Order: sequence, then structure tokens, then C-alpha cells
Amino acid sequence: MPTEAAELVFDEATKVYPGRAGAAVDRLSLAVPAGEICVLVGPSGGGKTTALKLVNRLIPLTSGDIRIDGTSILRHDLTELRRSIGYVIQQVGLFPHMTVEGNIGTVPRLLGWPKRRTRERVGELLELVGLDPEQDRRRFPAELSGGQRQRVGLARALAANPALMLMDEPFGAIDPIVRTRLQDEFLRLQQELRKTVVFVTHDVDEAIKVGDRIAILREGGRLAQYDTPQRILEQPVDDFVADFVGRDRALKALALRTLGELRLAPVGNVDGLPRLGAEASLRDALALLVAERCDVLLVVGADGEPLGVVRREDLLA
Amino acid sequence: MTGRRLAGGGGPVIPNFGKPSSCLKHNGWFCTDWLHAHWGDILQPALVQHVLLTLLAVGIGFGIAFLLALLGFRFRLLNAPLGAFTDVLYMLPSIALFEILLPITGITWTTILIPLVAYTLFVLYRNTVAGLRAVPGEVLESARGMGLTRRQTFLRVELPLAVPSIMAGLRIATVSTISIATIAAFLVADGLGKPIFDALEQPDIFKTELLAGGVLVVLLALVADALLSLLQRALTPWTRVR
Repeated sequence: MPTEAAELVFDEATKVYPGRAGAAVDRLSLAVPAGEICVLVGPSGGGKTTALKLVNRLIPLTSGDIRIDGTSILRHDLTELRRSIGYVIQQVGLFPHMTVEGNIGTVPRLLGWPKRRTRERVGELLELVGLDPEQDRRRFPAELSGGQRQRVGLARALAANPALMLMDEPFGAIDPIVRTRLQDEFLRLQQELRKTVVFVTHDVDEAIKVGDRIAILREGGRLAQYDTPQRILEQPVDDFVADFVGRDRALKALALRTLGELRLAPVGNVDGLPRLGAEASLRDALALLVAERCDVLLVVGADGEPLGVVRREDLLA
Repeated sequence: MTGRRLAGGGGPVIPNFGKPSSCLKHNGWFCTDWLHAHWGDILQPALVQHVLLTLLAVGIGFGIAFLLALLGFRFRLLNAPLGAFTDVLYMLPSIALFEILLPITGITWTTILIPLVAYTLFVLYRNTVAGLRAVPGEVLESARGMGLTRRQTFLRVELPLAVPSIMAGLRIATVSTISIATIAAFLVADGLGKPIFDALEQPDIFKTELLAGGVLVVLLALVADALLSLLQRALTPWTRVR
């Protein structure tokens, strides 16, 4: 599958709803490098969904501009623009009267792909999002679980291999266990696909987990901070951002680093030590130490071979 | 009464019937010999005419209601007046309508069809608009977001999703038209109303003919409803899954 991505630039993008005081999105300027995930996060009323919908012109800009690979969205034909951007929403919005195959094939059909190519593409995508390419393609949305529906929604958005994806709280309506799994799968997919993604959520933890960069929007649609998750957690620009990411931001920062990134002490007597894989986060390691009332844990490799030990102080350093 | 074939007095009139059975002599509830003798010359033609009347009324009614529904759906302001218009049509008494139409359209099927069509509009219009409107907001949003044009959204999303509601309207309209169409015999000598009216006009109501006409109306309604129900299932496979 060709992996191409587009750079997305908000340039003083502004939305003012007629008859309403204040802007919904106020002179938003930020650049999302090609192939990165930019998470828009903030309290309700922060205009994150509005900002997202400005991109595919579901909501028209009042002033300013948005450019995809340097070309203003206003210079694209409206339907062509939308067909070239993947769009995923919280309620999924699958067409209930179409099978999974019909749903995923929507944009390819609109683009006039030959039937065979669309069929093959559907199979490919079902496999990609972890559904059965033979069984599941013939099912109707009503036969699927919430998680499966969102997978189909993601496959449908990816169908015509868009360079840009807009995702509006895509995992917001899914129970926590399935949500975590979908987030992990989405990140794994993104490793492979390297799309440019704008991802809206109200959940800071999801933003930190998913985002390469996070844009925090405050009431009135003003950008409070646009940075990597690490920097947002470690150097919030003001009290609003610090409050928004929460008192436990130090812990959240720990969640961003894995045991494998630490310098491990040589293995001595490991009997009775709690053990954790090198891919586990420092936060999980700390949680384990607290739970086990220990000061040291053993880091193991993929096959369970001991790699070294870590002390509690190393985690907090 | 114009067009109504009045029967002569004096006992059940049984044309071309040499040896009436004892059932017929006593005007029994259900004389099978009469049914056998008159299926071909009375009942079957009446049934065929009744089916035709119903098909025409519901077909024309659906065409008109669908066009009105498109207007009422597209232009929200028109919905209330159009709905009120079909309400008023539904309230008109059919016999009064016949009297008004008679000088204009004469003793023809047109005079019968106008009220029959008018009565179907009420349920067909409402169900079509309701079905089109019931499409969930997130489905429309994803359609728009994927770049379906207004027309594509209507043809590929809104209209197919309205089919269950439209079909429900068609079933009601068809069954009620089959029942109302018996009054056609008030004006023209056609449809299953004819054997019913003929039977009622006998000095001593001819029970077998009355019952045969009535039962055929009910059976026709049941069969039509079953066929439409099958059609609906075939058109909307997605409504049958969990």
C-alpha cells in the first residue's frame, strides 16, 4: 500500500458563528508535519470538533486559511476534497442498509474504481483492521459490536488511501477495555501507514498516548499550547494547561517512557523480584513496585530472559 | 341511483339456474352450488376489477404522495401545509365526492379513482416524509464527510433507509383501499362491491352472495398485505438482522 501523507497547516483559521458572541475557533495557527498525529484536546467549548470540521469544510471558515500540502482547502472542489480526506466520527455513522463491504467501498465507488479493485481493497482493509475478510464483509452494521463497527468506520475512512485523516473522538463511545485495544491497534497501524492525522478527544490520557503532538485548546477556541506530549507534561506554559493535564502529570510523563529506555543495573540475585517486560512503561513499573511493596524489579526481554534490574529511584530520576 | 343494477323483486334472483338447491331455497349462509355456478360470471370478474381498481388507486396515489413528500422533505416549510392538505382529503366523505365529481367525470372509473387516490395520500405522504426524516444524524454526517453530494445522499442513503416506513405506508394504503373500493359498485357495476350490493338489494338479503363478496374482500386484503410484507423483506435485508 503506498504510504503518502500530507502536511496540514492551520493559518489563523477562525470560525465565528453568526449571532453568537465570540469565536468558536480563534485564529488557530499550527502545522502538522506529514505523517504525524496531531491531537486536538481541551474542555468542551474549546472548539476542537469545530476546528476539525473546518478542514473538510463541513463547517466553513470565517477567516484565515487551512492548507494541505500548501494548497488552500478553499481551492479544492468540495466533494473531491472530502473524498480525499478520511473521516471517522464517534458514532461511526455506518450506513445501516449496506453490508460492511458496501460501507467500506463507498468512497472507491464514488471515485469510480473497478468493482474488482474495490473488492480486493475491502479484503485488504478488513485484514488490516483485524476483521475477517471473508465472513465479516457480508455482515450488516447491526450485526457488529461497537468495537467492530469502529474498525469498519476506520477501514471505510482508509478505503481510498487518503493522505489525511480526520478522527473526531473515534474511540469515545467504546468501553475502556476495547478502547485501549483499539488505540493500540490504531498506533500499530499508524506505524505502518504513516498518515497525517488530526485526532479530537476530550481525554488527556488518550491525547498523550496517541499524539505525536498535542494542541490544547481553551474556551473560545484559542490555542493554549502546541507541543509534544512530553513537553506538555513537563513544561506546561500556564496554569490552564497544567490544570488541564492534571495533578498527576508527572505520572503521565512516566507513562510515556519504557523500561527499555533506562540504563539497567546488572542482574544479581533475582529470586522473588517482580518482573516486567522491557516494553512496559515506567508508570506501570512504578505501579508494580507500589503494589508489590518492593524497591527493585527485574526487566525481562521478549522471551523472558533477564535484562537487568531497576530501582525505584531510577524510575523517578 | 345511476349505474346501480337494481335487481327484480321476489326472492333471490339466480339467473340461469335451473334447479336451485335446498340451500338456495332457504337462503342459507353459504351455498356452495351457487359459488360453483357463479364464480366465473360474477365473482371472478368482480375480483379482477377490484384488484385493478386497487392497483390503480395505490399506484397513482403513491406517485403523487412521493412527489409531494419530496417537496415536503426538501422544503421544510411546505411539510405542514402539504400534510394538512392530505389530512383534509382524507376527511372528505366519499359519497359527497362522487356527487360533486359525477357531472364532471361521469359514470366512469375516474370518478371512483379520484376519492380512492385521495384517501391513500394521507398515509403515504406521512410515512414517506417520516421515513426520510428518520435517517440518523451521524449517518448523514458521515455521508457528507465522505463527499457524497446532496443527490447521492438522497438516492444512496436517505431513500433506501426510508423504505421500511414507505412500505409500511403502502401496506396500510393498500389494505384500506381494498376495503374502501367496495363502494365503487355504488357508481359503476364493478369490483367486489357489486355482489355485495346486489345481495343487499334483494328483498330478503341473499346471504351467500353477500358473504362471498365480503370474504373475497378480506382474503384479497390479507394476500396483498402478505405479498407487500414479503416485498419489504426482500427490499430491506438489513432490518432482519439482530
